[in-house]
Amino acid sequence: MQQIIYFFQKFKYLLFFLLLEAIALFFTFNNLNFHKSKYINSANRITGSLNTSLSNFFEYIELKSKNELLSEENTKLRNQLERNRLLSSKDSTVIDNAKYNQKYTFTQAKIINNNYSKQFNFLTINKGKSAKIDSEMAVINSLGIIGITENTSENYTRVQSILNKNSKINARLKGNSTYFGTLKWNSNDYNTVQLHDIPRQAPLKIGDTVETGGKSTIFPEGIPIGSISKINQGNTANSELEVQLFNDMSNLRNVYIIKNLHKIEIQSLENISNE
Amino acid sequence: MNKSIHQSLFFLFLLLLQVIVLNNINFLGYVNPYLYIVFVFLYPLKENKFPLLFYSFILGLSIDFFSDSGGIHAFSTLFIAHIRLFFIKVYFRKTPLDFPFFKLKDESFGKVFNFTITLTMIHHLIYFSFANFSFQNLSIVFLNTLFSCIFTLILFFLGTYIFTKKE
Repeated sequence: MQQIIYFFQKFKYLLFFLLLEAIALFFTFNNLNFHKSKYINSANRITGSLNTSLSNFFEYIELKSKNELLSEENTKLRNQLERNRLLSSKDSTVIDNAKYNQKYTFTQAKIINNNYSKQFNFLTINKGKSAKIDSEMAVINSLGIIGITENTSENYTRVQSILNKNSKINARLKGNSTYFGTLKWNSNDYNTVQLHDIPRQAPLKIGDTVETGGKSTIFPEGIPIGSISKINQGNTANSELEVQLFNDMSNLRNVYIIKNLHKIEIQSLENISNE
Repeated sequence: MNKSIHQSLFFLFLLLLQVIVLNNINFLGYVNPYLYIVFVFLYPLKENKFPLLFYSFILGLSIDFFSDSGGIHAFSTLFIAHIRLFFIKVYFRKTPLDFPFFKLKDESFGKVFNFTITLTMIHHLIYFSFANFSFQNLSIVFLNTLFSCIFTLILFFLGTYIFTKKE
């Protein structure tokens, strides 16, 4: 007994140091795991309110450019709406049922904290559980995809950016072909992401558009991502494409969060087949 | 009493400075200074190491909260807080008797420079290795360490030059 006490006496600083280091390591490893990262994140009241007041200040500076972006998007959507109205007025086979069969709902939010220079980047947005935001929802803006929601508190949500080494998103080539692959990021440049596992026979050109594939319950299909900027020609089976993002990830403000209303239904089906 | 208020204000100041200003600099796209480790350099020397270890852990963890980095800042800050005493003994040749009278600004520039550059290098190396979290892109880790280290030290020496009173 005496020796144990003597041991603690002698190494008390080292033991305290090791204990705190172990706690820090525990947080670090948890943070890398999508489903476990609930302890240390910026979606809490203190960091959230500080980030909100900061972003309010910077929002004012960039008000003009963001307004132009929003009105551009409005014009685009109005044009689309007008085109659809024309179609539906000609055609008499509009199924009324479709109105009540909405698959996605959109919620507007603002980014209050943005990282893009690290290897594992996260964003924080100013909507949370009180606005019915949950984990694993898509976050996009008018130009393309941004990330997937991860941790929610009452009023804030942390988003795993597509600029995160853990991020994997189903993507396909726009056009007639239905070749799809996985979108990842190799942490080199915040303007380009990599598209993996596109089959060799897929016809590729530099400048082709890449969009979301809709083969997950998170992103609806057809949301733009970027354009192919480099094709690595080699004899390997899974070639890697460089995709230039449409979004400037260092300059984001207004985003939409997409909720898939059929998610639970789809997931329950998929889980049955797994067992 | 006055001293502890001064310490906690310094703690808050470094935390806010890091989170509000320095984390958003992104010089050349990715270089940020991590000036908050100055807290470890300037914390008064004592026989009892528990307060320093505890406060540096809390400071690192608070910065982790804001920058979404898990526990990486806490880990690396705690590490240099632990090995600080060893380097003070090596560079300044102090015995425990000298601890109450030790002040960084009274030492010669060369010794202070060696001391700060060693601790900053170790801190940044640990931080960027964990931030990278793989053995690929090791060159990026070393480049980041070097650039951020230079940036941090420039800010530290400018800060001490500006804020020390001339007698």
